[in-house]
Amino acid sequence: MTEPLREKPLTGHFRPDGQPVALAAYREAGGYRALAKALGQEPQEITKTVIDSHLRGRGGAGFPTGTKWKFMPMGPEARRPKYLTCNADEMEPGTFKDRLLMEGSPHLLLEGMIIAGHALQADHAYIFLRWAYRRAAAILEKAIREAYDSGLLGKNILGSGTSLDLHLHISAGRYMCGEEKTMFTALEGRRPLPRTAPPHVTTSGLWGKPTVNNNVETLCNVPAVVGLGAERYRQLSHTGDGGTKIYGVSGKVNRPGGWELPMGTTMRELLEEHAGGMQKGLACRGAIPGGASTEIVLEKDFDARMDFNELQKVGSRLGTGTMIVIDDRTCPVGLLLNLMLFFARESCGWCTPCREGLPWIARLLQAIEEGRGEPGDLEILEEHVHLLGPGHTFCMLAPGAMEPLGSGLKHFREDFERHIREKKCPWGG
Amino acid sequence: MTEMGHGRLTEEERREIAAEIAGSEYPRAAASDALKIVQRHRGWVGGEIVEVAAMLGMAPAELESVATWYSLIFREPVGRHVILICDSVSCWITGYRALLDHLTGRLGIGLGGTTADARFTLLPVACLGACEQAPAMMVDEDLHGDLTPEKIDAILEQYP
Ligand SMILES: Cc1cc2nc3c(=O)[nH]c(=O)nc-3n(C[C@H](O)[C@H](O)[C@H](O)COP(=O)(O)O)c2cc1C
Ligand code: SF4
Ligand code: FES
Repeated sequence: MTEPLREKPLTGHFRPDGQPVALAAYREAGGYRALAKALGQEPQEITKTVIDSHLRGRGGAGFPTGTKWKFMPMGPEARRPKYLTCNADEMEPGTFKDRLLMEGSPHLLLEGMIIAGHALQADHAYIFLRWAYRRAAAILEKAIREAYDSGLLGKNILGSGTSLDLHLHISAGRYMCGEEKTMFTALEGRRPLPRTAPPHVTTSGLWGKPTVNNNVETLCNVPAVVGLGAERYRQLSHTGDGGTKIYGVSGKVNRPGGWELPMGTTMRELLEEHAGGMQKGLACRGAIPGGASTEIVLEKDFDARMDFNELQKVGSRLGTGTMIVIDDRTCPVGLLLNLMLFFARESCGWCTPCREGLPWIARLLQAIEEGRGEPGDLEILEEHVHLLGPGHTFCMLAPGAMEPLGSGLKHFREDFERHIREKKCPWGG
Repeated sequence: MTEMGHGRLTEEERREIAAEIAGSEYPRAAASDALKIVQRHRGWVGGEIVEVAAMLGMAPAELESVATWYSLIFREPVGRHVILICDSVSCWITGYRALLDHLTGRLGIGLGGTTADARFTLLPVACLGACEQAPAMMVDEDLHGDLTPEKIDAILEQYP
């Protein structure tokens, strides 16, 4: 495997003091040059570059971005207006990468969105931002004003004939709003329940019109893809998935944080080199590699590369790429109980397995944690992993919740059994 | 607790909501923003929701269904300051329970409660997206990270 180019196209220009990069400084660092290049290209040409770059969606599912864009109806026949939405809801527990990007360089996201808007011939773009990101909201509002004032947004962008209106929508707190079809319902001012698919959102998305939705980090990669070209962009990565990744580490480590690194960096490198290893006196047992909805990976498998394919070899997936480290003083039963209470609270209640199953699972875990577990409980939990799994529910919230549960039951079986045998939590939880 | 749940919008609220509607592609798209305008003025959304619905061209029951969906639209009075303590996984691992014990002990209220002097309401919140600063909480619009019980005492002083 060849060494990747050690470049940081997304965060290399960030300020060391943590303040946002202003428009002038962004331009000085080469910002908006990719936009100028893109505006001189045909939309289809940009989409082809994105396909060739092997950029995959950073929102959790890893859908190839260029392929998604290719589904957008193009030309004068397409129904209008067409929409581009940017998913900045970021409520997956353990995940904070999009916040780092928006707070660090708002114009990077705007440039990515304007290029995407041109490639998709979109008329309107929305940023769907979670309420809790107050700082990001203020930074984005200022950047959007600057962009309008400089002719980067609105009618006839930089004299190119392309136009795009950009709206910032601030949500009011609810994990489900991050699911893309639910997000459209929220933007339309309805109770944000999910919708059936098909039709695909590029046929009928926001307001029933053709829509492409991408994650913040995905769109922040677009200027680099266009600026560097597909081949050079691919070389940023250790593996077949192109580019860099904003990885994050949280939990009882010495230096929790987020870093831009080549795609395919190993879990061990993240923990040891970037997060500074475990806090004194603690040992690492494993991690949830990509936000709450991904399978637990044991420490022995930390040489796995964090990309979309490699993590599957150790039974997990990249998700959001922000890992939650599990130390040896943290009770795995208590940890899973915490996760299941989150999912139960955020369930929208639309489908029976999710609405009824998640609270039931939480009740069982609570009983086990408090020493009231009984033989047979683990089998009941395992059955739920199947009942709430893929294909039985309307959206991916419930199957996502089952990823840590199923893997936790497998990896920490002995800890569960000890709770039941000893009729108490060995960690005193 | 408040005199303002009686159900009529003020002129100022009407103006702000009308401006929000004018800036939206369709009136109802302003639904959650309109609710937030009312909440900014009154701390919570009461019977005014009927008038807000009329402005948006929605049935009141429909706007209710939107309002009750969001965890940060309050349908009951809250204190002058709202504490949102993160109870999700990274904060749970790094000390959420000790912080909660400290807060409930100091304020004399449980989760969901409001202090007798109406100064604080304490609510749980899902991951604040600040997990690298866990454990974390928000007070009103401010994020506070890397919390310890001692730090919490100093923070609360900032909110009279
Ligand atoms: C319950 C739930 C919550 C989600 N939350 C988010 C989110 O906060 N941000 C995000 O980008 N994607 C989220 N997604 C995934 C989106 O539905 C969608 O796949 C993604 O935004 C597509 O962007 P991408 O192709 O650029 O990755 C969520 C999915 C589910 C099922
Ligand atoms: S899986 Fe859960 S959150 Fe998703 S639609 Fe069904 S009930 Fe709602
Ligand atoms: S888990 Fe508390 S901020 Fe993310």
